[in-house]
Amino acid sequence: MVKIHERKFVSADPDKCVGCQICEYACSWTKEKAFNPLKSRIRVVRVNQLANMAVTCRRCEDPPCVAACPRDALMQSEETGTVMLDADKCNGCGWCIEACDYGAIMLHPESKVVHVCDLCKDEGEPQCIKWCPEEALTLVTSDVLAQKARISAVKKLFQEAKK
Amino acid sequence: MHGYAGRILYVDLDTGKTRTEKLNTEYAKKYIGGIGLGMRLWLDNSKQGVDPFSPENPLVLALGPISGTMFPTGGNGHAFVAKSPETFAIGEAVAHGTFGAEMKRAGYDAIILKGKSEKPIYLWIDDDSVQLLDASHLMGMSPSETEEAIKEDIGDYYIRVAAIGLAGEKLSRIACIINEKTRAAGRTGLGAVMGSKNLKAIAVRGTRDIIPAKSNEFMEMVQEFHERMKGPATQKYRTLGTPENVLVHNALYCMPTRNYNNAHFEEADKISGEVLNEKFVAKILGCSSCAMRCEHEVVVPEGPYKGTMTRMEYETLWAMGPYCGIDSLDQIVKGMELANYYGMDAISAGVIAGFAMDCYENGILTQKDLGGIQANFGNSEALLKLLELMGKREGIGDVLAEGVRIAAEKIGKGAEKLAQHIKGLEVTGYDLRCLKTAALGFAVSFRGADHNRHGAYAFDVKGKVDRLKAEKGRGKMVRDMEDNYAIIDSLIICKFSRGTYYKGLVEMAKLYNLVTGFDINAEELKKSGERINTIARLINIREGLGRKDDTLPWKVMNMPIPDEGPVKGAVVTQEELDLLLDDYYESRGWTLEGIPTKAKLFELGMDNLSSIVEGKQEA
Repeated sequence: MVKIHERKFVSADPDKCVGCQICEYACSWTKEKAFNPLKSRIRVVRVNQLANMAVTCRRCEDPPCVAACPRDALMQSEETGTVMLDADKCNGCGWCIEACDYGAIMLHPESKVVHVCDLCKDEGEPQCIKWCPEEALTLVTSDVLAQKARISAVKKLFQEAKK
Repeated sequence: MHGYAGRILYVDLDTGKTRTEKLNTEYAKKYIGGIGLGMRLWLDNSKQGVDPFSPENPLVLALGPISGTMFPTGGNGHAFVAKSPETFAIGEAVAHGTFGAEMKRAGYDAIILKGKSEKPIYLWIDDDSVQLLDASHLMGMSPSETEEAIKEDIGDYYIRVAAIGLAGEKLSRIACIINEKTRAAGRTGLGAVMGSKNLKAIAVRGTRDIIPAKSNEFMEMVQEFHERMKGPATQKYRTLGTPENVLVHNALYCMPTRNYNNAHFEEADKISGEVLNEKFVAKILGCSSCAMRCEHEVVVPEGPYKGTMTRMEYETLWAMGPYCGIDSLDQIVKGMELANYYGMDAISAGVIAGFAMDCYENGILTQKDLGGIQANFGNSEALLKLLELMGKREGIGDVLAEGVRIAAEKIGKGAEKLAQHIKGLEVTGYDLRCLKTAALGFAVSFRGADHNRHGAYAFDVKGKVDRLKAEKGRGKMVRDMEDNYAIIDSLIICKFSRGTYYKGLVEMAKLYNLVTGFDINAEELKKSGERINTIARLINIREGLGRKDDTLPWKVMNMPIPDEGPVKGAVVTQEELDLLLDDYYESRGWTLEGIPTKAKLFELGMDNLSSIVEGKQEA
């Protein structure tokens, strides 16, 4: 099992994300040396002008994409939680895509096998985080997310108490 | 080929036939892309004297070489070009967002739309597949609704759509073309040209890779500009945004107020950028690839217009606010939303409303003429009713939708003097009586009254020149700015990012070369800027325009600024205008009639177009 503090993933702060898609370009450039959102492992959603957010793999516990693959092409790293693909086994059937609640695993437009965020393991750090001009993207763990939420809730409580 | 897709798409709406042609590389090098390439292609594909609403008036949609790359602000723009139904001269308008990047990935540098469809249609470009699809179910919809409906039709929520609203369908001469709800190719009425072709929208999906020629150096430059975009050069746009101008212009008494009856608005504090940001701005958005982000998204917080959401900039705030004497941001925001809903140039719509109010106050238009509206200056509900009538072309709105020049001709009774336009295009938020460098820039602008063809107001507003003086030397200042702005709109980078090019043209040339693999220096790029302004001038000469059209609105030349303050009494006289024009034409190497000389055309490598100026050199 992946330890709770090892399972890191890229999370976007919707208050900061402006929908500029720089993360998509940074990703496709890093991975494929081309500017092409379809080759990016992180995608931006703009529901309306006020609701923008980038979404990528959250490295679920017991990931449904892995469970859904009938050809055992996907597996999750026990050290990091990264979902890894055996490209020879993948036939692009898309069951993993259907299984993912976040739309974070996608079919590559040319190779026709799926791709998913690996936190830029070859680069040492996720390039989308490095490039995001709004500092909207951070590398987090579930525990840190919970910590942040707790701290901000308690801070707010004390601010209100002061009034 | 890098930077350029290398293909032009031709669409014949008469027959439904489409074809592609290779991009002429010589055109690319000489006219860059965007408005430059667009105007050159328009000239090739049109005949002299074509009516703007004729099927024979091609609508050209052109991208720049930077579109589709990660370069901050450079990756996302697109430009429309056609003969303008407002000015009967060359019309062009640029918009940003994400549309341009998608079209580049579909593999086109430009699309040339000719003819007229029998039935309403929209164009669906899916990489190499191009289809004309039925749009009858989209008629009457706003551009935003059209975009949503087409995404549903196609079943892809990431496709990009540029569409017209009801104003464009009804051939309102101030109709614009809007992509992604809030980004407008706003000026010169090109939405009506699209409407005249029965073309409701252009939808595109592109899946190709975009790869700059010198990619490692390119990425280094991107990184450098990401840093610059967080710095002082863009601070205004990242913070208060262009509405900061309200108080700046007001303090300088250069904010046209109540249809140019004043140059100062006593209630400016109520509608300032500061108040807008404090009470209305809900989010500041970025276009594709932009590291600056500027789009101030506002929401009315309370009252009858609560929840109204739109983008807001200085020009549109000014047009619907001070220019109509209106001091209520709720209604100004609502007015902007209405302009987007109907698909109207919000600057022109506001200026026309101000004109109608002036007509009403002078008894030229009565309450009866206006369908019961008491259109006094400052009546914000009257503004909203006028905008609605204009959008629907109902009642007086049918006349006003013709643009202020034609509307004034139709109304008569001296209304012409109240119509503040140049070449038929409504004025923008700079009082030209006390900004004389800007006055020259506006007078010679090939698309009519506009600040975005030269930015020459900066010299006046920043105090770099005596803004009340008309003197020699201003011609060259305007000319250099025009060349610079033509390059910006042809590379298609965002004007708000112009300050991040610390070395100006040197760095623009570097960007161009890294993307395309060309080897063009700053001087040659400047020459392209000159060439682009010259092609626009040649088109306008071919269409019958000349020195007589390089003029200023009636009030600018006949009604001195009345307000007590630093510029009381300021006006531009005919002598001053003549001096400025002579100086400008001379700096351009044109005759005193504003005709480029054959020697100049030869110098610019444009001698193949010299037939346009044949016989006009001595006039």
